[in-house]
Amino acid sequence: MAGQTFDVVVVGTGPGGYVSAIRCAQLGLSVAAVEDDRPGGVCLNWGCIPTKALLRNAEVVHLFHRAEEFGIKVSGFEADYAEAVRRSRRVADRMAKGVEFLFRKNKITLVPGRGVLKSATTVEVTGSSGTTTLEGRAVILATGSEPRSLPGVTIDEKRVLSSNGAVRNEARPASLIVIGAGAVGVEFADVYSAYGTAVTVLEALPRIVPIEDEEVAAQLTRIFNRRKIETKTGVKVQSVTASDKGVTVATDAGTFEAEQVLMAVGRAAKVKDVGLDRLGVQMDRSFVKVSPMMETSVKGVYAIGDMAGAPLLAHKAMAEGVVAAEAIAGKSPRPVDYGNVPSCTYCRPQVASIGLSEAKAKENGRAIAVGKFPFTASGKAVALGDTDGFVKVVADKTTGEILGVHILGPEATEIIHEFAVGRTLEATLEEIIHTIHAHPTLSEAALEATLAALGQAIHL
Amino acid sequence: MAITKVVMPKLSEAMETGKIIKWLKKEGDRVNGGDILAEVETDKADVEMEAFGGGVLRKILVPEGDRAPVGAMIAVIAEPGEDIATVVAGASGAQAQGAPGGNGKAAMAGQAGGASPRETDVARPRGGGIERSEARERAGEAREPVSSNDRIKASPLAKKVAAQSGVDLRLVHGSGPGGRIVRKDVEAAHTTTGAGVPQGRVPAPSIGAATGPEFEDRPLSQMRAIIAKRMPLSKAPVPHFYVSSEVAMDRAWELREELNGLEGQPKISVNDFVVRACAIALLHHPGVNASFQGESIRVYHRAHIGIAVALDDGLITPVLRDCHAKSLGQIAIESRDLAERARARKLRAPEMSGATFSISNLGMFDVTEFSAIINPPEGAILAVGTVRKVPVVDESGLGVGRRMMLTISCDHRVMDGAMGARFLQDVKRLLEEPLRLLV
Repeated sequence: MAGQTFDVVVVGTGPGGYVSAIRCAQLGLSVAAVEDDRPGGVCLNWGCIPTKALLRNAEVVHLFHRAEEFGIKVSGFEADYAEAVRRSRRVADRMAKGVEFLFRKNKITLVPGRGVLKSATTVEVTGSSGTTTLEGRAVILATGSEPRSLPGVTIDEKRVLSSNGAVRNEARPASLIVIGAGAVGVEFADVYSAYGTAVTVLEALPRIVPIEDEEVAAQLTRIFNRRKIETKTGVKVQSVTASDKGVTVATDAGTFEAEQVLMAVGRAAKVKDVGLDRLGVQMDRSFVKVSPMMETSVKGVYAIGDMAGAPLLAHKAMAEGVVAAEAIAGKSPRPVDYGNVPSCTYCRPQVASIGLSEAKAKENGRAIAVGKFPFTASGKAVALGDTDGFVKVVADKTTGEILGVHILGPEATEIIHEFAVGRTLEATLEEIIHTIHAHPTLSEAALEATLAALGQAIHL
Repeated sequence: MAITKVVMPKLSEAMETGKIIKWLKKEGDRVNGGDILAEVETDKADVEMEAFGGGVLRKILVPEGDRAPVGAMIAVIAEPGEDIATVVAGASGAQAQGAPGGNGKAAMAGQAGGASPRETDVARPRGGGIERSEARERAGEAREPVSSNDRIKASPLAKKVAAQSGVDLRLVHGSGPGGRIVRKDVEAAHTTTGAGVPQGRVPAPSIGAATGPEFEDRPLSQMRAIIAKRMPLSKAPVPHFYVSSEVAMDRAWELREELNGLEGQPKISVNDFVVRACAIALLHHPGVNASFQGESIRVYHRAHIGIAVALDDGLITPVLRDCHAKSLGQIAIESRDLAERARARKLRAPEMSGATFSISNLGMFDVTEFSAIINPPEGAILAVGTVRKVPVVDESGLGVGRRMMLTISCDHRVMDGAMGARFLQDVKRLLEEPLRLLV
């Protein structure tokens, strides 16, 4: 397969890479996709999808504990964590096969191996069967990111785990310290805690889920603490020492000990050994600098997804993949609207948000109106028995522009999208309240919070 | 290619219907953007209507001699193969509704036709004074104002921001899908192009025109807000007050005779002197060159002067733009041309609106003095009497002098007596020391 020529060569088949490859194919371009792991990238194999499977298990376990509340007597049930991990692997396998199927369907050539950019149109792929060279009229780089650690802390995936290790770790520890309370940290805290691990979450910033609205973080902290998940915020980790027996984490707020530590302090773009230096591709700090059409400083070379900058989210990568593909095909796609990317965390209760937090909106000097509606007042949430949380709408007082929405609660990550669509269409509070929301649904809370912003909430 | 719906353009503020005098293109003729499609008679003038968007004139919907309400579809331009049946059907349905009463309902034609993204619901008056923007050309979208009754594709937020900032959405170029106007388009229009000014006020490009913003909106002071609220109650809708002054026209008269004695120079009238003096004075008294806008006072930085021209059956006030940047000779030539074309009803639409100040001169009727009614939204109008010989007393005793009465009518919501008086004082000084008008 040496010296094959394609219209587009995509390096990396995570959510950004595979979506861009498929979109290119849809637009009639011939595509080669290079992957040194399994198609689907971190998202499908080690991140989004398998963790959602684990969280579903955690939820089922949680419901078993609550069975009596529903009048169901369960005696002596056993929650096998290893089986939860195995189920999660099966889910990931199935999704990865799905990507392989989509590649076949779209006649995309999957080239296994590690792709390195040799020129603006050449990618050298080194795989188990040797080295081959692919020529592309355009190249899309989508190499993604990998878990970061703290300085001086080595991830051995035995005592000190990354999310990559944790997601396939069948041996659940009796105790766990999670360093970092972002989405990854609180999701694993939720899973392990549900299965009986004593979990302590350490966060350097003043609150957990630090990018979310303050009120959301405060209430999630209360809910976690009620479930005996310990949260320590504003804590600086000084050292992490692994021994045969466990791990000791020294901080400015005392020493913590546990069987294992999960490092969840963020992810770093994979930009080394991709061939960027050789071509003089410009960087923006640790990310590749790109145009709104996702093109790098080198003409014909595009970069998308985690390597192209924050937020490091699969759905943002997919959106960028579409833009890059359409730009290459000579269309003029609308650039990604980075101000309108939903942020979702799948712990229980879920956290979802879009746009500005209340504090940020105030900082921007706008006169704002805030509407909040608790799920305790939602008929559907009460029927489900999931009444923790609320919907909070932050709007511009004079125009009714929806500046930000913050949801903590059941299916928050599904409810958020009506606001995403609304913001794309530049709907104001009025358009939301003139939209009939089915009863009874959790989405009614979105309507009520919007009404509350106008001082018109009915069920409050 | 796009289907272009040609609609009856709104050629003046008051225009409700227009009559097709003559179609200059026949069905089946190829037309290019800028070609003159038809002559349209409005309440004030006969106007040539340009095509916007090229193609073949596929269908004429309003025959010669018939009237159509503003915004109603009057023709369709499209490529030969294109299916225009739906568009035409939409128009005839709407026309049937609106035509009998001519009450403007047919202006909904654009909506009934189902405005698809590539359709452009516009026709524009010739010499419309609106530059084609590169962005629009690229996007193939219209920026010309669509009739006020046509549906404007804009986001709810864009509409609110436009309403709050006074931006006319008809003048905003939409950057969203299918030319949909979104918030940032309105904001851009508000800060850069002054799209808040209705169509007619967009100044025609003219040599020597001053650069810088067309106007600024000054917030109302507390007192001004109260005056603004109360004055209309005393004399609705515009509370007038009047200030008069007598001007010694001896030197201006001599200068005029001297100038008119020069060969190859345009003949200059007394009124041209007055126009020139007002233009200079208006720039020094921006408070007079201003318009009441409800929440603010719009102060113009250009002097666009309306010059009242009597017609047999009424009055029309063509606008001489950027008078402050024009010499006496230029003013003489252009105002004569405007007056002649006004009488012949051959004015173009932009020449009939957008004045920041007006002058009404009844000197030719030997009127000594009179007061004029303000032409809203202008803030003032100057009434000019005849130049008459009167006995005057100076150091040397009794003599004969030429005197002219000026009376300015002012909108009290915009200005007070002293402001009007100071302006008039300046006009008087300029006319009494007329060499100032030449420099």
